[in-house]
Amino acid sequence: MSAVTVQLFASCAEFFGSPTLQISVSAGSTVGDLIAALRARPGAEFLPPSLRIAVNRKFAAPDQLVGPDDEVALIPPVAGG
Amino acid sequence: MRRAAIVAREINPTAVLGSVHSLQFGAVSMFLGTVRDLNDGRPVSSIEYSAYVSMAEAEMDQILAESEEKFGVRAIVVEHRVGLLELGEVSIAIATAHQHRRPALDATRFVIDEIKARVPIWKLERYADGTSDWVDPTKSDEAALP
Repeated sequence: MSAVTVQLFASCAEFFGSPTLQISVSAGSTVGDLIAALRARPGAEFLPPSLRIAVNRKFAAPDQLVGPDDEVALIPPVAGG
Repeated sequence: MRRAAIVAREINPTAVLGSVHSLQFGAVSMFLGTVRDLNDGRPVSSIEYSAYVSMAEAEMDQILAESEEKFGVRAIVVEHRVGLLELGEVSIAIATAHQHRRPALDATRFVIDEIKARVPIWKLERYADGTSDWVDPTKSDEAALP
């Protein structure tokens, strides 16, 4: 087992009360697993229903593998413009 | 000329326009987004923008590259501001130049629509009554507005 550091922004950082979270991963862990783990954390009940994960600064599909060397971020609904 | 930047200072629309204009282009199109005083019926006092800066700049650059490919524009610049913005201040400026008007106009619309959909930027709206809320376009009709 190892861990990935998930960067949090905007409402997600506020709800978790932190700019990052450590999530345990193993070989074969996917973006979908990461979202499930994040939703199981305390504070997650306030998260927006629509969440995306970015891996190495690109939006990632749920079946994409993710490991400790990846730059990972939780992306709540965007509202630029 | 292609440039996408997140900035923490005031946006100068004239400077953004000037950076795309050249004698070879007969059409320059610009979009400005500004902070308005009412959202969903609630009086707004200011907006705090934040971003995942490295990804936001990379994603905006990708959108500009797509607009070059799609519309043939060769001069396109976007600046998006972060930080606390007062009513009326410019949050985003997009300038596009082309030999002709239609590709310039189409590219500008494409860029703002894509930025709204996929660039990691967020806004915390502060209301006149002292409350605040994270804007979530997936919860309202805003995303569907033309």
